[in-house]
This record gives sequence, structure tokens and C-alpha cells, in this order.
Amino acid sequence: MKPELLAALNAERAARRACVVVTRLADGSQRLVREDELVREPMARDTLAAPLAEALRTGRSAAIEHEGEKLFLNVHAPPVKLVATGAVHISQAMQPMARELGLDMVVIDPRGAFATPERFPSVTLLAEWPDEALARMPLDRYTAFVALTHDPKIDDPALHAALRSACFYVGALGSRKTHAKRRERLAASGFAEADIDRIRAPIGLNIGAVSPAEIALSILGEIVAALRAERVAAKAALVP
Amino acid sequence: MLTTDSDILRAAEAWVREGRGVALATVTETWGSAPRPVGSHLVIDDEGNFLGSVSGGCVEGAVVSEAAEVIADGKPRMMEFGVADETAWQVGLSCGGRIAVYVERIG
Repeated sequence: MKPELLAALNAERAARRACVVVTRLADGSQRLVREDELVREPMARDTLAAPLAEALRTGRSAAIEHEGEKLFLNVHAPPVKLVATGAVHISQAMQPMARELGLDMVVIDPRGAFATPERFPSVTLLAEWPDEALARMPLDRYTAFVALTHDPKIDDPALHAALRSACFYVGALGSRKTHAKRRERLAASGFAEADIDRIRAPIGLNIGAVSPAEIALSILGEIVAALRAERVAAKAALVP
Repeated sequence: MLTTDSDILRAAEAWVREGRGVALATVTETWGSAPRPVGSHLVIDDEGNFLGSVSGGCVEGAVVSEAAEVIADGKPRMMEFGVADETAWQVGLSCGGRIAVYVERIG
């Protein structure tokens, strides 16, 4: 691999843009293809565009046969990010679990008494209002968002941003009753039913979670299931 | 994939900039139960320091020693490990899977 290609690859990763390193295994020659190049000329006309698009869609790296050549497609999708509003007990319990799962966690809470580095040593902590934080750090499709404060003043603006984004998971803490009211508020703000349906509520897998750590586990389980939806579907299809 | 290889690749870039000889090993294929997914990286320098993993730790030693030759001659190699292969037993890929690892020089 040429140092210039490695530097370009690391730059794409730092910018949270998906790309593929294509290696011709016969001679080791390589090129970097960025996701946005696939829809542009000349890449759009390339016969490799379809297998590259498929690899990016599934996020799976693979060795393929292409026009009589063996190629290795190494997909570099951005690291998955977990953004939570609420520097609360559940997000505290999530910290070590998210780290083990390889999730980059960001906690947003304007309440300075909650959002302290002592309580959140291993996340990116933003002690500000979510609409300000999320304007600077937009949510993308490699991001899961969870609203955990129980306070509409904090959670709602963040949910607005999440529903306007392509993030792959949106969850909000609260009972069915709380969520029904939340749905009303979101509808009043102009969100369509289908958009509001993206919100997982009650949040998390139904494992009867009681403690903050158990709730954190149930939410992270649901996030992993959303991230791996394709694998879940493929396995389900194999069951006779 | 859930675990990111970004730190490994960043380290590789830094090592090259420091003037070290560096090789990059990548899992290109797996069959059966393989401990690390396709695309996983191991980066090795000319003193045998390494970061990352291409298996559960069972074939890293063999990859690291092959990497020294790749750094020396610049020719990429494909290495295969599996239970069907007698040498694989020696390096101990005993999980029942097989993996192919591509080793190339950076630079």
C-alpha cells in the first residue's frame, strides 16, 4: 500500500465518510474509491460500481472475482457513534458497555451538574443544548441516537434533529403514556406519522430490565440488532 | 464492524512517517468459524512490533515473521491458515476455521 493511499484512507475515516480500498490480488495494485464517487463519472460507468455499491450497502469486506481478476474489497465504514441526550444513570451505565462494543459515545446535557467529566470519564461530553450541539455535529447514518432525559425541553429538540437525519436507530425513554404525548408534540411540530414511527419506544429489547445497567443493556442490544438487521434477516430466512 | 481499525491504520501511517519499515496484514477470506472478520488488520513494523489482530492470537506470530520478509523485499504475499493444513496446527488455528491473510508492505 502506498503511504499516500493510507493517508487518504485515514482522512476519509476521520471525516466519517465511507470508502473502499480495492486491491488487485495478482499484483497488489490498489485504489481508494469514496462512496460519493460511485454515482459520479467516470466511476458510475465502471463495471466495478455495482459490486462496490453492494459492499458499501452491506458494510462487508470481501474477495470477489471481477472480469477474470481476483479483487479484495475492503470496506471502511465510519465507526458507529452513539449519541445520547441525558447525562443520567442509564447513560453512565452505558459508557463501559459502549466502549467494549466499539461505539463512540457522545453525551449531551445542558445541565452542568449532571454533565461532569467525573461522572462521564470515557465519552465525549457536551454540556450544552442538543440543538446547538447537533447543529455542529450532525447525525449520520452510522449513528444511533437515544433520548434519555425524560425532559421534553432537552429530548425533543434532539429528536427533531434525529428524525431529520438518516441515523440508523432512534430511541426514546419513557412509558407508553409519555411516548403518546411525545408523538402528539412531534406531530404538532410537523413530523409525519411514518417519521415518528422510527422512534423505538418503549426503548430497548424487552428483557424486563429494571436497573440502569439492565436498561442500558437492553438499549444496546436493540442498537446492535438494528446495526446487524441484515444478518438477523439472513439467519431468519434460513429457518425452514 | 463493531470494532474499529482506525487506530491501527492511524498508527501505521505514523510509523511510516517515523521512517520505520511497515507491513499491513489483512484478513481477505474466512471459512467456517473464524475469530476475526474479513477486513481485519494487523500492522507490523521492522522490529516486530505489532498492533491489531487477524485471528484470536493464534496465527499472529507466523504473520509477524512473514511480515519481516515482506518489508525486506516489498513483495505482497497471501498466507492461508486452517485446520486442514499441517502447519496450521503448529501455529494453532484450532477453532476449526480457515483464514486467508494478505500481507503487503506500506511504502
